[in-house]
Amino acid sequence: MYLFKYILKRLGLVLLTFFVVILVCFVLVKLLPSKPTASFTQSQELIEARREKMGYNLPIIQQFYRFVKYGLQGDFGVGESIYVGSEVWEVFTSKLPYTVAINIYSTVLSVPLGLVFGVLAAIKKNKWQDHVISTGVMIFVSIPSFIYGFIVQYLLCFKLGWFPAIMDASQGAFSWVGFVSVIPAIICMSLGSIASYARSSRAELAEVLTSDYLLLARTKGLSRGQATVRHAMRNAMVPIFPSILGEFIAVMSGSLIIEQMFSIPGVGKLYVSAIKAPIPDYNFFMLLTCFYTLIGLVASIIIDISYGIIDPRIRLGAR
Amino acid sequence: MAENNQYKHIPAEKFAFVQENQKIRDKKFETKPVGYFKDAFNRFKKNKGSIVAAWIVILLIVFSIVGPYCYDSNYQKAYATDIDLRRYQYLTPKLPLLEGTGFWDGTEVKEISETLYYRYLGIGIETGNEVIVDVLDKYTVQDSNGQKTMYKVRVDNYHKIDAFTKTFTQEQYEELQEWQNELGIQIIMPWVDYYDKNEAAGYIQNSKVLFKNINVWYQCDAKGTPVLDQNGNLIPHYRTYQAGQGPKDFYESIRIPGDPGIEDPESEMRYKYASVGGSKKTGYSFTVRINAHNYFIYKYGFEPYFLFGSSENGYDVFTRLALGARFSLMFAVLVSAINLVIGAFYGAAEGYYGGTVDIVLERIVEILSGLPTMVITVLFNLHLSGKVGAVVALLYSFILTGWIGMSGMTRMQFYRFKNQEYVLAARTLGARNLRVMFKHIFPNSLGTIITGSVLVIPGVIFSETSLSYLGIINLDSPTRSSVGAMLSAGHTVMTSYPHLVMFPAIFVGLLMVSFNLFGNGLRDAFNPSLRGVED
Repeated sequence: MYLFKYILKRLGLVLLTFFVVILVCFVLVKLLPSKPTASFTQSQELIEARREKMGYNLPIIQQFYRFVKYGLQGDFGVGESIYVGSEVWEVFTSKLPYTVAINIYSTVLSVPLGLVFGVLAAIKKNKWQDHVISTGVMIFVSIPSFIYGFIVQYLLCFKLGWFPAIMDASQGAFSWVGFVSVIPAIICMSLGSIASYARSSRAELAEVLTSDYLLLARTKGLSRGQATVRHAMRNAMVPIFPSILGEFIAVMSGSLIIEQMFSIPGVGKLYVSAIKAPIPDYNFFMLLTCFYTLIGLVASIIIDISYGIIDPRIRLGAR
Repeated sequence: MAENNQYKHIPAEKFAFVQENQKIRDKKFETKPVGYFKDAFNRFKKNKGSIVAAWIVILLIVFSIVGPYCYDSNYQKAYATDIDLRRYQYLTPKLPLLEGTGFWDGTEVKEISETLYYRYLGIGIETGNEVIVDVLDKYTVQDSNGQKTMYKVRVDNYHKIDAFTKTFTQEQYEELQEWQNELGIQIIMPWVDYYDKNEAAGYIQNSKVLFKNINVWYQCDAKGTPVLDQNGNLIPHYRTYQAGQGPKDFYESIRIPGDPGIEDPESEMRYKYASVGGSKKTGYSFTVRINAHNYFIYKYGFEPYFLFGSSENGYDVFTRLALGARFSLMFAVLVSAINLVIGAFYGAAEGYYGGTVDIVLERIVEILSGLPTMVITVLFNLHLSGKVGAVVALLYSFILTGWIGMSGMTRMQFYRFKNQEYVLAARTLGARNLRVMFKHIFPNSLGTIITGSVLVIPGVIFSETSLSYLGIINLDSPTRSSVGAMLSAGHTVMTSYPHLVMFPAIFVGLLMVSFNLFGNGLRDAFNPSLRGVED
């Protein structure tokens, strides 16, 4: 019951935050001068007439009302300087699979590897394995992903020629061709996550391994391996599992640079090109702002709630 | 107790020392007292990795301060205005110490066609600066046009820069000649018979093959293979003054060997060094063919060598990187200092007062932290960069949400300390809220907060670099540079010029790792719960 109340409270707060953020962004965007470009097919009058019809000349608050009203039905307007004339929502949904694909691939790669390294380092604490892993973790956590993006792209794609330098998106996001061509990007995205999973799982497990109840487990006759797997691992996973969930959601917004670098036609690339267009495309910008804000909020709320669900101490202690 | 009440203010003479004339039996400490910061420093020193990282950080800071002044000031000024600088683009890194070793000496192994091979050979012979350092291999390939000879050679990139034509006023022209006479380095080369219309290479005129390229100073066939004389030397192909034309190029300086007019400057078969335009009334103009390598020495005062190579615009990567590093570091320190101040006050208010104040302030924080950084930066950039400049707009956007982490940290510290006895004691003595907050509690949390702000610095540099890499903010100009923009410019030509990406990438990587190591070391040293753990 407590948990249910807590979730409701959190959800309410998230919705409030989301509303305020979107309102502020919307007003700020509408305050910007937004001159339509006359492309060669449309005349300026035609564009002006369409914008009038779309409500561009209404007071900002009314425009916001329209934005929310139509936005809830999935209508975010049409592209004005990129993808001119196409539905913003449709372009967005056609890009989403690519971003989701590389995130799934990189999570699938990085979670097991990260946990293995972390557990290994914790079990062999202060031996050479631990030192090697900890040094690697320090380096890979600190260096931004685009730095090894350069190295991977130069070595694997140009020097060795194992992979194409940019993604081959001709056969869709989840095709085999797409997967092979996106391997370098997955490597770049995973290295940092592997390191951070390894770091957190090492820290948690190392702490649990020195606790009293593990000593008890050993005293009652469990072998080291049994004690570690049955008693230590489960408790060590408590803080790690929510962070995996959170990370999976958060990386959706974290692959901007990698998408740019390997020309993956995902959401991040769409966002960057919407901003970098000679006249920024505000319809795309607003939709993607909603998207990124929502992702961030959902990630944080999921982390919080899953803590409560996984850890009985937190769940029961609250009563 | 009752008699104490008769004084509203106790007069000074009524006070007496409790211990006066008594022997203090406390044992005197024989060791020096170790304070909080001293203790932290001692523990920091034990952490080898952090010490190394601290030295690397210092080294990088020195690099960013000194680096921009490493090249001649003439060259620095040239950044802004000089269009000739682009001729020195994409040169590979060169360290004069390693000359001739084949590593980091400005040379590069290349596979080139026969035509290009002879052209490089020609540049070497004409200027005396060998372009082809070493011929590694010669082979033939079969393609649709028949057999082709290819060379695998080691090329000196600094010597292979093409000659170019440039027009001077009479004063500049005479100045150039004076400089030549003084130093004995030839800049002005004789004109070549070349064809300057839009025509494919190998235009034939008077049974001589003419090329569009003004580096082809020798006779050759239509394929670019030189015609040799009986001694196996190239036959020059310079423009001469024919009988009757008369020399009017005012050239009184070094002539190249083999110039028929070298003995007798009045001779009418001498090479033509300048194409003269204008008249005596309007002032003459002289269009001359320039040796790019030597012209660099004349213009900037040193032989061209770039420690980290040169960029697309001919900028030296070393100085640009140092400029970018200086900007990044200064910017990050500024951001983290401002965030520290805002966060400290905000967090102090939250933590100290607690209750409703805390709840209200926390909600504000929650909403602000819901804003994605990318969105904030873009909006600030679009709104403000026209009014206050890109850097200030970026600064605002980093400050808007940047202080949140710091305020959370301060808040925690205040919750920890505010119920301790010494705070109660201070309050009993009548200290006001602000005094308790900033005189008594704040210094105790200072260690944690300062380490926190050190760890903010790499984060700020990372965001700044990514944003300028993506091109969302544009910080690049002739006088200013950013590491991210260098990376993004280098990425487009990474296959041919990896050095443009390599050096900035190494810099960012090194900076990130060492700052994080250094910050983590500081954090561990200031963490009292880790005290004595390592011993």
